Parts: sequence; C-alpha cells; structure tokens
Amino acid sequence: MSWKTIDRNQQVVDPKAPPVLTEAVREKIRSFFPRYETKRAVLLPALHIVQDASGHVSWQAMVEIAGVLEIAPSDVIDTISFYTHFWTEHKGKRVITVCRSISCEVMGGAAVLEELKTRLGIEEHQTTPDGKYSLVTEECLAGCDHAPCLLINEKLHKRVKPADVAKLLADPENDRIPVPRSDLFDAPKDHGAAEAGVGTTSDVQEMREA
Amino acid sequence: MASFEPVLLRNLGVENSRSVRVYESRGGYQAARKALKMTPDEVVEEVKKANLRGRGGAGFPAGVKWTFLPKDRTRTLLCVNADESEPPTFNNRVLMESDPHQLIEGTIIAAYATRAQIAYVYMRVEFHEQFHILQRAIDEAYAAGYLGEKIFGTDYCLECYVHRGAGAYVCGEETGLIESLEGKRGWPRIKPPFPAVEGLFRRPTVVNNVETLCCVPHIIERGANWFTSIGPPHSTGPKLFCISGPVNRPGCYESPMTITVRELIEREDMGGGMLKGKRVKAVLPGGASMGVLTAAELDMKMDFEDPRKYGLLGLGTAAAVVVDESVDLRGVLRNLTRFYGTESCGQCTQCREGTAWMYKIATRIAMDAGRLEDLDIILETSRNMGMMPGLSICGLPDGATYPIETLIKKFRGELEAAIRAQPPDRAERVLKVLN
Repeated sequence: MSWKTIDRNQQVVDPKAPPVLTEAVREKIRSFFPRYETKRAVLLPALHIVQDASGHVSWQAMVEIAGVLEIAPSDVIDTISFYTHFWTEHKGKRVITVCRSISCEVMGGAAVLEELKTRLGIEEHQTTPDGKYSLVTEECLAGCDHAPCLLINEKLHKRVKPADVAKLLADPENDRIPVPRSDLFDAPKDHGAAEAGVGTTSDVQEMREA
Repeated sequence: MASFEPVLLRNLGVENSRSVRVYESRGGYQAARKALKMTPDEVVEEVKKANLRGRGGAGFPAGVKWTFLPKDRTRTLLCVNADESEPPTFNNRVLMESDPHQLIEGTIIAAYATRAQIAYVYMRVEFHEQFHILQRAIDEAYAAGYLGEKIFGTDYCLECYVHRGAGAYVCGEETGLIESLEGKRGWPRIKPPFPAVEGLFRRPTVVNNVETLCCVPHIIERGANWFTSIGPPHSTGPKLFCISGPVNRPGCYESPMTITVRELIEREDMGGGMLKGKRVKAVLPGGASMGVLTAAELDMKMDFEDPRKYGLLGLGTAAAVVVDESVDLRGVLRNLTRFYGTESCGQCTQCREGTAWMYKIATRIAMDAGRLEDLDIILETSRNMGMMPGLSICGLPDGATYPIETLIKKFRGELEAAIRAQPPDRAERVLKVLN
C-alpha cells in the first residue's frame, strides 16, 4: 500500500467539465449521513456507490465526493489510495480476483492464474482490450476450504482447476450469485447510462438485476 | 468427545437457516429476550463468569473488555469485526453464511450489555454473498422489531448497520477498523487510549469478533456454568476450527478446545486425513500469523495456552493449513512474506521496511538465488520488528515475524539444503533480473 502522489503542475480535474455524479448518486450518498456521526465516515460507502455507478473512481469523482461530504479532496485521495478495492482507472465489466494466499497456493492456485493470463492474454492488474475482463490478484478471499478459489465480480468460484477456466470464462452468467442481492451499496438504478463512462456499468447492472 | 453437539454451527445445513422464521423455530432470539429482562451489568457479569475469550486472535476475555468502558459514559458504540482477512481463516464466513441471525442476536445482547445505541458490522468487501445474506437478515430483524426502536417491547433501541471495507488486512485490527469506519486510511492508532475509552468518533467503543458475539446468546441461554464446563479451564466454550490444504475434508468444524492439530487433520468428522495419502510436512495451525509446526509437533493442543509451548504466538484464529511434503518451503516463505509485505499499513518504519525486505529476500531464495546468510538476515530483520520489543503501533509485525521465524528455525536444514543445491549460474542470472 504505497503512497499515491500527483504532479501539482498537472491539471487532473477540469473545473469546467460537467459533473460526473448524478443527483441520484449524490442523494444515495447523503442517505448514509444519519448512520454516522461525521460526514467523512460516509466516504467508504460513497466510494462503493460511485465505483458501482461508473466502474471506477475518477479524479473528478473524488473532487465531487469531497464536495458532497464537505471534506478536502486530498482527504478522499488519502483514503482511496490506501484500499486495494477502489480503482482510479477503468475496470473491465467483470473483474476476476484470484486468491494467492497460502491455502490456494498449496492447492494449485498459481496454475489457475497462469491459465487465466493465457486465456485472457493479459497480465495481473490489466484489462482485456474489449473491456470485458480485468484480472487482479488479492490476498485471502476466505474461501480456503474451497481452494483454489477466485471471484468474478461478486461470485465466488470454488475449487477451480486450470482445465475449468475456459468453460468458466465462456459462461455468460459466471458472475451471478445464488442469493438475493441487497442494493444498499449499489448506485441508484435510475441513473442515466451516459455518465457511466464507457457504458460499463449499466450492462453489469442489468446482468445483476436479471 | 465425539458426542459433542455443535452449538455455534447447530443451524448449519438446516434448510432455510438464514431466515428469521427458521432461526426462531429452533430457539432463536430467546436469549436476547432473556438478556433484555436482565440488567446490562448482569449480562456483563454472566459473560465474564463464562470466561469467553475473544475468538478474533488475541484471546482477550470479552466480558472484561466490556468492563473497561467508563462508568459515566453517555454514548457507546459497538463494532462487530467481520473483516476476516487472516489467511486461511473462514469461520466467520461460515457463521454469517449459515446463521446470520445468530450474529444479530449476539450483537443485540452485547450492545445491550454495553449500553450501545449503534452497532456497526465492519465487513470485508470480498464477502459479497455474505453481505447480501447478512443485510437481508438485518432487514428481517428490523421488520420483526428485533432491531430499531423498542426492541422486544422494551425501552431499548439499537440501530445496526453494515459497513463494507475495501480490501485491507490491517482493518481487522480494532483501531485500524475504527479509523477505516471513520472514512480514513486503516491506520491503527497508538494505544492508550484504548477504544473502550476513546474509540469510534472518540466515543467509548467495543470491538468484538463475529465468533465471539455468536457465543454470547448461548452463554445467556444456558448459563456461564454450562459454558465453562466445555473445554479446559483457560479455554472455555465451543470453538470453530478451520482446516484447509491437502486434506480430504477441508472445512470448518466445531469442537471444545481439547483437540490436537493431529485430530483436526486426521479425524473422520474433521479433516478426514491427508489427500491421496500425502504426508504432512508443516502446519500453520492458527492462521498464518501464529507460526509453523513441524510434522513432529502435531500433538499440540488447539487451545489458548498450549501453542506458546511450541514457540507460536498463540491460538490465533484456529485455522490450520497443511503443507504437504511435495511443497517447496521456499515458496511458502515467499507467499507468507509477500502477504505481510503487501498488507503492512506503512505507518511504522520497521514494519513497512522489514516486511518488504523479508519479501525481497524470500523472493530471491525462492528463485534459486538465495545465499546461506540470507536466512540470518531475515531473522535479524524480524527481531527488529513488532510489539514484543515495543516498536510498533499494532500487532501486525508480530504476526509477520512469527511464521517466518518459526519456519526458518524449524526447517533451517531443508532451506539450507535447497540453497546449497541451487545451480550457481542460475543464481547469477536471477540476481541480474532482480537487481
């Protein structure tokens, strides 16, 4: 977890650009205020919501979140740079998170990761050119009894063998979870697709809702 | 002990066990009703008498923790630590997946005992399904009047919110968790003041692990004497044990703290023996951070006291991972050092630098470019880290050094042999890449 620094001379946010957070997203963020004593405490929920809305958290989104929470933009950057779950660049529609901790390694997780890299043609922390998949590795996913395991968006795939990878990637429903979802940390459903950057989220949203 | 009847996992495998109806039909929420008829101090006293030691890793008695709260407080907050990030631990996941209402009931009782008005469940973000399951259960509990205003018709009010983390191991440390809840980097705080005095939003705060809270309803329902009758006097009550790695039945099993590591691996109703007749080389019995056991030390008892006799830090999360004979220990060393190198929060210099250097050295060793003195350098680095010499804010560097130290000390012969067997020209080539 290293520090993230930016060049002060480089303009990262265009002050004239239209806002990236819709009013519905802002309202959803504000709905968390009664839960906490400070507005800053809403930062993590806010980042979850914004990331769900646009697939990542852009510099401009950080500035706007800071505005909603009445904190300094630097505070948002300070927090966001600490956590591995938040992305400041575009993600693929589906993020594959491969566990690399000890149980999965002992049970052959590295081979699964290699197979994924070959099939997708990308390295760790990269996104396929068609924007469909991103590949990341993370420490223990707490699925050690089903090692080796990986997440595709929210769905935990258990006991994955390298031979299963092709079938897994071809399955259009490989990110569907078997339990009813709570939309507490999701972006509001009625948000326009236009602000969703390259249009990644609405698809994910539809798939999740389906 | 084969006749032990599961307590915490009693609803595992019951159809629809996540619904409030099924939970209540099996005696659920009776303990909370009972607790709310007692005074808060009576509840604290009962839990203290049961000697319920924290299941999150440190083993600190939960009831005693509750008594540290200042007497004249006006507002108290309860945090439920569901940031289960210790590899290879998954007992909280199993509890929340199979029986979310048990956790809610435990939370209600603990919040009542500490007179908390709000309970935050800090859940790691990788728990997606578990979040949806728990959130649904919380919604059900609100609808049934078990959370919110005037719980069970009494004057007690409690709000319960899930707060999702964002992928940081150190947020499982209680003050790191509090900082993260406040919307900051999950940097642990210097103690004192302890959270019980000044925690979340500078209010008196109690942080308890999921499994600890799941024990509470059973203590209230069946009494402290029942609880202390299970297991040895210093490690009372039922405990969940996780076993993973190349065993026939990896999973989460419940038992009194009288079993040994060997039983956990071999017993038919637990690990079920090694997969395809593989042989044990090493075991990490208490989660990654507690240390390593050799195949000759499998008779260690899984309780709060015995692990120290084997040079381990403690029981930890009681999650064992088995490493079989086919695995190269240099890879294990690299994996463990990488974990702490990535997850060190970066506040204390010796932890940030130490874990990173240990990872670099371990990578070199794993890539056939090790030197014999490297092992001593790792040991020296590890001696300069941690709370035990009083150098760091939190316990992460202790957790980082114990497995690495024990692995090197207990398997030094094998590691040295591997280093000696390296092809010399390969070492040279690898070093060129690494440097």
